[in-house]
Amino acid sequence: MEAAFGASLAGRRSFCGMKHVGLNVAADPLFTIAYTGVNGGMIVGVADDAGMHSSQNEQDSRHYARAAKLPMLEPADSGEALEFTKLAYELSEGFDTPVIIKMCTRVSHSQSVVEPGERTEPPRRPYEKDGSKYIMMPGNAKRRHPVVEERLERIAAWAETAPINRVEPGRDHKMGIITSSTSYQYVKEACGDTYPVLKLGMVWPLPEKKITEFAKSVGLLVVVEELDSFIESFCRSLGLACTGKSSFPCVGELSQNAIAEQLTHEKRDGVKLDEDIPPRPPVMCAGCPHRGLFYTLKQNKLTVLGDIGCYTLGAVAPLGAMDSTICMGASISGLHGFNKAGGGESEGKTVAVIGDSTFMHSGVTGLINTAYNESSSTVIILDNSITGMTGHQQNPTTGFNLKGDPCAKIDLESLCRAVGIRRVRVVDPYDLAACDAAVKEELAAEEPSVIISRRPCALLKYVRHPGPISADPDKCVGCKSCMRIGCPAISVAEGRAVIDSTLCTGCGVCAQLCKFDALSGKKEA
Amino acid sequence: METKNMMIVGVGGQGTLLASKLLGRLLLGKGFDVKVSEVHGMSQRGGSVVTYVRWGEQVRSPIIDKGQADVILSFELLEAARYTEYLKPGGKIITNTQQVNPMPVITGAAVYPEGLAEKMRAAGVDLDAVDALSLAQEAGSSKAVNIVLLGRLSKWFDFTEAEWQQAIEQSVPPKFLELNRRAFALGREA
Repeated sequence: MEAAFGASLAGRRSFCGMKHVGLNVAADPLFTIAYTGVNGGMIVGVADDAGMHSSQNEQDSRHYARAAKLPMLEPADSGEALEFTKLAYELSEGFDTPVIIKMCTRVSHSQSVVEPGERTEPPRRPYEKDGSKYIMMPGNAKRRHPVVEERLERIAAWAETAPINRVEPGRDHKMGIITSSTSYQYVKEACGDTYPVLKLGMVWPLPEKKITEFAKSVGLLVVVEELDSFIESFCRSLGLACTGKSSFPCVGELSQNAIAEQLTHEKRDGVKLDEDIPPRPPVMCAGCPHRGLFYTLKQNKLTVLGDIGCYTLGAVAPLGAMDSTICMGASISGLHGFNKAGGGESEGKTVAVIGDSTFMHSGVTGLINTAYNESSSTVIILDNSITGMTGHQQNPTTGFNLKGDPCAKIDLESLCRAVGIRRVRVVDPYDLAACDAAVKEELAAEEPSVIISRRPCALLKYVRHPGPISADPDKCVGCKSCMRIGCPAISVAEGRAVIDSTLCTGCGVCAQLCKFDALSGKKEA
Repeated sequence: METKNMMIVGVGGQGTLLASKLLGRLLLGKGFDVKVSEVHGMSQRGGSVVTYVRWGEQVRSPIIDKGQADVILSFELLEAARYTEYLKPGGKIITNTQQVNPMPVITGAAVYPEGLAEKMRAAGVDLDAVDALSLAQEAGSSKAVNIVLLGRLSKWFDFTEAEWQQAIEQSVPPKFLELNRRAFALGREA
């Protein structure tokens, strides 16, 4: 966010994108950039995840627009995303404000038809020193706040006639619907052109007059919006009678069927199959380097404060080696607090686990806190040399930038030592005995320590695997020891372990658990 | 025309995304309004994955809801059963007969249901079950399951063979083109 502000200050159009929880982290600069305004146009893109397909909460980012007093546009498909982005730069420069574009999972993760236009390259705007606008110390900020309020009023006036807030006529005026984003698509699919629709492309500030006029033109006013009552609450604040959240819950996603059921009382049933279908939750991949380490944590019956990444899957059965997951960086800071509260007893049986990428994002500050405020905490950095869960993006520890070009590489061991951790060691998570020894020794040490569990993600293209092992049915006694690591490549058929050769990478972790030497194959040199 | 709805379901890592992108491109080329949508945050982690492909004069919602799918292409038998309730009455399911045990089955917390194909047929599903894994291996690689299934699906669409071939050429690396051509042909003829 600050980098995008810097680029804007320098006179270029800038964009920074994140999901809802990212905006929490970036909220600090956002609220003050709202005061400074921009030089080159600046857009903040944020995507909410109603339904929590891949998130730890389903907060509604529209509240940020109101709280920070910033305009927010909400496109309903790929085509609008392009159109609104162009418009947002014009608004940003025209009203001297950052503009938020609010996406959601179903817009961000869908592809629809886009008409590409001519690319324009606006010239760089000259930068002029202006402390009263850009140095937000109290004397200046006090003078900027009224500017923000006045700006919001001007944008609200613009919103009254903006074409992106449009009324679509309907045949039956006994009901009228106010909606935006994918909720608009669901409404149109469920109701077609039956009822008039006020489709809002800008969800903050909201057009009071346009909404009031629309409400007067229809019988029952219905607000269809995902997550919180935002537009509905605004309508109520105008004294308009309406319904919304009483029909469409603030929990989870909406869909065309959910809307059809409420508005047209039409229930669509699919083909019924009377069968108990077992769930298929995501699992750590076969060959995942995190598996051996989590097995060690489970065997040592440790309390594990977790973090955000693939390794959160260490929480699920049969490993079940995780006690909390909050946000990026919470593992290390949380461990410090946990150990301060729990004392020496806690310090000997509690660890934090955090991935290399998440550690670079917001783990290192927590580690500085641990070293500075002295808890004998043991932090485990799960270094798989990539950002796994989101699809193999590079990070500052990999030696490549996001474009894949070589760049400066941060050395994790040196970084940990530099912040004041003297006990830093590296283990191979495929080696269970080494993991066990490292965890026991560092937990026993009466000072902060870091264990780097290092092996690249098994899905990285450059990683060479030894190839699948096999289970010897004559040696296997069916003890199921190998099943305790939750590897998707191992199953039991007719009382004997079976290895799925299409999945097995030959990591050999299961073989270390077999007392009967039934699991073997080409061992890694 | 009424919007047509197709779901592609499977297990993360099976290549469902390539199939949806290829179809999206073919349909766009025919002048349809097309929306392709998926959530792939966990797709490489072995979870249940679903992609929606919708096309027609004007497509509104990016997702397909229960009772809306005209056809479901499933890469795994249990996943075909899981999404059956999304099928329109009278709709078709083309499924791989391959079974991939989910973790609750592996750990013994749940049982992989037996006789799913028969049960789906009994529920009125127009079911086309094909052993795509064997055909992919016959073509030269177990990874070509997605193209075998596309070959099977191709009979449901009225695109020409040449149109399919061109779409495959645009979607797979040149060195795997021959393999994928064989896989497509085996699926189409099976």
